[in-house]
Amino acid sequence: MFRATWKSLLARKVRLLLSGLAVVLGVMFVSGAFVLTDTLGRSFDAVFADGYSNIDVIVSAKPKVELSEAEGEQVAAPVPASVVDQVKAKVPAATDVTGLVNADGARLIGSNGKVVTSFGPPQLGENWVGENDLIQLRDGSREPRADDEIVINQALADAAKVKVGDRVGVLTLEPKKEFTIVGVFGYSGGRDSMGGVNEVVFTTPVAQRLMLGKPDTFSSVSVQAADGVSAERLRDDVSAALGAGYEVKTGEQAAADQAASLKEALSFFNKVLLGFAAVALLVGTFLILNTFSIIVAQRTRELALMRAIGASGRQIIGSVVLEAIAVGLIASVLGLAAGIGVGALLAYLFGKLAGGLSLAGLGVPPAAVIGAFGVGLVITVVAALLPALRASRIPPIAAMQDVATPDRPLTKVTVAGGIVTAIGATLLFLGLDGHAGDNTLATILGGVLFAFIGVALLTPLISRPVVSLLGALFSWSVPGKLGRLNSGRNPRRTAITAAALMVGIALVTGVTVILDSAKGSISKLAADTIKAELVISGAQSGPRPPSFDPAVLEQAAAIPGVQLVDGEYGDMGTVNGTRTWVAASSNVAALQRIFGAKATAGDISRLGPDQMLFSSDTAKSRNVSVGSQVTVQLSRGEARTYTVSGIYESSELTNPVLLPPQAAADFAIPQPIQGFVQLAPGAKVADVQPRVETLLADSPEVSVADRDAFIKQQTSQLDTPLRMIQILLALAIVIAVLGIINTLALSVLERTRELGLLRAIGLRRAQTMRMITVEAVVISIFGALLGVVVGTGLGAAVVRALKDEGITDLILPWGQMAVFLVLAAIIGVIAAVLPAVRAARINVLGAIAHD
Amino acid sequence: MTATVGPQAQAAAQANDVWKLYGSGEAQVAALRGVTAEFERGRFTAIMGPSGSGKSTLMHCLAGLDSVTRGTVSIGETTVTGLGDSGLTKLRRDKVGFIFQQFNLLPTLTAQENILLPLSIAGRKPDPAWYDTVIDTVGLRDRLKHRPAQLSGGQQQRVACARALVARPEVIFADEPTGNLDSRSGAEVLNFLRNSVREHGQTIVMVTHDPTAAAYADRVIFLADGQIVSELVEPTADTVLDTMKKLDTPTEVAR
Ligand SMILES: Nc1ncnc2c1ncn2[C@@H]1O[C@H](COP(=O)(O)OP(=O)(O)O)[C@@H](O)[C@H]1O
Ligand SMILES: [Mg+2]
Repeated sequence: MFRATWKSLLARKVRLLLSGLAVVLGVMFVSGAFVLTDTLGRSFDAVFADGYSNIDVIVSAKPKVELSEAEGEQVAAPVPASVVDQVKAKVPAATDVTGLVNADGARLIGSNGKVVTSFGPPQLGENWVGENDLIQLRDGSREPRADDEIVINQALADAAKVKVGDRVGVLTLEPKKEFTIVGVFGYSGGRDSMGGVNEVVFTTPVAQRLMLGKPDTFSSVSVQAADGVSAERLRDDVSAALGAGYEVKTGEQAAADQAASLKEALSFFNKVLLGFAAVALLVGTFLILNTFSIIVAQRTRELALMRAIGASGRQIIGSVVLEAIAVGLIASVLGLAAGIGVGALLAYLFGKLAGGLSLAGLGVPPAAVIGAFGVGLVITVVAALLPALRASRIPPIAAMQDVATPDRPLTKVTVAGGIVTAIGATLLFLGLDGHAGDNTLATILGGVLFAFIGVALLTPLISRPVVSLLGALFSWSVPGKLGRLNSGRNPRRTAITAAALMVGIALVTGVTVILDSAKGSISKLAADTIKAELVISGAQSGPRPPSFDPAVLEQAAAIPGVQLVDGEYGDMGTVNGTRTWVAASSNVAALQRIFGAKATAGDISRLGPDQMLFSSDTAKSRNVSVGSQVTVQLSRGEARTYTVSGIYESSELTNPVLLPPQAAADFAIPQPIQGFVQLAPGAKVADVQPRVETLLADSPEVSVADRDAFIKQQTSQLDTPLRMIQILLALAIVIAVLGIINTLALSVLERTRELGLLRAIGLRRAQTMRMITVEAVVISIFGALLGVVVGTGLGAAVVRALKDEGITDLILPWGQMAVFLVLAAIIGVIAAVLPAVRAARINVLGAIAHD
Repeated sequence: MTATVGPQAQAAAQANDVWKLYGSGEAQVAALRGVTAEFERGRFTAIMGPSGSGKSTLMHCLAGLDSVTRGTVSIGETTVTGLGDSGLTKLRRDKVGFIFQQFNLLPTLTAQENILLPLSIAGRKPDPAWYDTVIDTVGLRDRLKHRPAQLSGGQQQRVACARALVARPEVIFADEPTGNLDSRSGAEVLNFLRNSVREHGQTIVMVTHDPTAAAYADRVIFLADGQIVSELVEPTADTVLDTMKKLDTPTEVAR
């Protein structure tokens, strides 16, 4: 039995290769994701370990508001300068006690007048504490001595195209200030940056003022141990000397903690990649199922003969499953190898993008290997199980009969498809309607999966009418007609092939429907509500939103023709202990006059320094009403109690809570991040806009745009995730294309005699190729059509469910859908190339003699 | 030995010192060894011979399905030898009809569509009067909408005959057209082929190893070991059988 299996495997290597390729791609995605995140994780470990390598113990204060990596850069609570003296006085084992300033948000303006941006790593502003093992000034440099002197790291100097001696502007907690660069530094081993971090180093008092906003404070204090004292002992000593209220960690521990928080973000990234891998594998499953079904159908006589000479049904199953295991194993090995390559490549690209993260050695974590083999084997075997069962039911008598596999009735599949689709729809309904509680995401995903499988099962039934309708488009020529007939010949095969394409296209369509609807709804709402002709804002590239000099607000208000100016500030704070996005407005009147908010209780037209406003939704969920006392903790400063003086009606554009402008001083970014300018009746945008633009000369992160441009810019932020999803799902579509090639190649093989006959009675080579191409195009357009319909359905369901979240309009991307159909036609043509060439090359005589 | 040509007839197909070698070196097989033959227009010629004598090979070479190693083949005015694929395709499409032993029809098409397929491929319209004649002669009018799977073997073969006839090719080649049929269905097909020659002047070349089938032809050419060894005009089953027996013995002795 084993020999027979192996022989038949070899005989079908080309066919299995194609379906194996689908598994290879899926496995590649899985293992690549693990390799990538593992390599990056260890690289970050190394960076932090390096950064803390010369610190034995570090003292910091608990942050006022704790944030995860995804929520933004956390602001460390300041450590008073007195802690340095305290440690010096009370801990004999401490030798070198240094106060460190180290905070995100030092943005250097490059020689092109633009702020040097970063795509993730922070832009640190620090105090100069001298050279050490890690940090070394480069030639021609010296340390900063005067208030207007800075040193910067080499990578930042390169990115900004500046050098020692240049005057540059730096944005910090305060608006732009000018400095002279007196030095450029690098790191041990000749590195220009540490993990892509940009660093601007001031004198200590300047750093304290500009980065912490408070004199005589530090971000942290580093302590070195005297000879013979372990870091752990020193930590305990320092901790005992300072008492509670401070976090005292060894350098090693601090490095591990910081790396851990970054790795949390990485693991999220990993999950996203694995999600896409799952889609690719689902498509791959269809493909393998199809291949094995066809192979079993083609081997009917051979398998029947085996049964006739005494093989048991079990042995037949075994032989098919064995074949699947062999394919799965080979595919897993190849996929793992490819995944390691892809992971390494992505890590390299990521390192480049992050501004020169030096990568740790490439690692292949066990998860990558286990994932690769687990997924590759399981998927292949599961997909082959159904065909294997069918093979075992072939009666021995089939060996003697010269019948093509009879067209089995579709009733069973259709009923099963109906049931599975119904289950999918129910799960989707439960998930989207919010009945699933904590399992919402799982329920929705399960619903989508069931819906796909259900529709795939229903597809054979749908394929008959749709394919013959589609094919009618090509029936004007003989090859076209033959191609159409061929595509309708084997509804199951056509269906699974098309269903594989459906999955990718449905997901892309669904996501597009959702994002387009969101964009459209938000644009409409914004256009309907915002009554400001001009908006000051900037494009956000990293975790930190762009901000501008608050003085601009007053200056803009003084421009003739300007009626009202509002600057919006924002921060992640806690309100009564719960993390909340809090906003402050420079001009509370704008709430009604620019954003059209309506009061549901109290007075929202003014706000005293101890008063705050709530949106109606937040007020309800927090159980707050006018007159309530609320405790608010911001990124900086102490917690404060405010009295709720008014409540405004919630909309998608309103903030949860609004604080008086004075509160913004304690925000992580104490500068406005958006400005709204309302013009007096009769004033012209064209007159005012250039004058506001002039005011922004020293705030290069932002610019002023008219309202429509602003709305467009805001909604266009959704385009990036959409593109990324489309690119990732393209892989699923590529696999589906392999499926079409595979199906056609197998069909060509099966129909060798027919092709020979056609050629014998005068079908030209070009006509033969056209016939195959029409078959491919019909299948792929059918798949795309299914995908567009199913995707629109899924998208529309989600949009409906999000009605309360403000996605009120269902916007169908007709243009995109048309593009998908055209794309599908092109895909069909491409997929047909090889099988068509093969069909055209068939030796007429050989085909006729073929037995 | 060279097959003679009736003076009144004009050649529809011709083979001139045709050699066909398969393989090379030790394993080389000479399937045809200098065959020269003419197939007159409007006649029904049978090619007989024991299995492996080169009948199919000769037919394939004549029909442009296979190339010859040496010699020339022509159909009507056209020299087949040396034609490229597109030339051969055009030749098959316009000048030649085929009936194979089995698997003659496309399973996806109805009988009617199968019959009209060569014409559709060539982009030609059937002559309606001729089409009706053919359909009535094969007696398939009530089966035209059926697919091959719904037809018996004999009916399928008659559809194949109709397909070959409807385009009025220069010559129809049939390779053991009755090989897979029972004797009654076989007789129907053979009668039909003979009638199309007698009544409509169609040229047919049929390969067979069945003396009864050969008896339907106007003339029989006998092949043995890749050479034409004998010929009969106006054969009967008995004369064919006799010739076969005679041929068998010397070959046996020669070995
Ligand atoms: N493709 C081929 N390769 C090698 N030998 C062949 C091939 N086709 C036919 N032959 C040989 O040529 C000879 C004639 O074959 P064929 O014409 O099929 O005989 P017939 O049709 O009379 O039975 C046989 O000996 C056969 O083995
Ligand atoms: Mg033969």
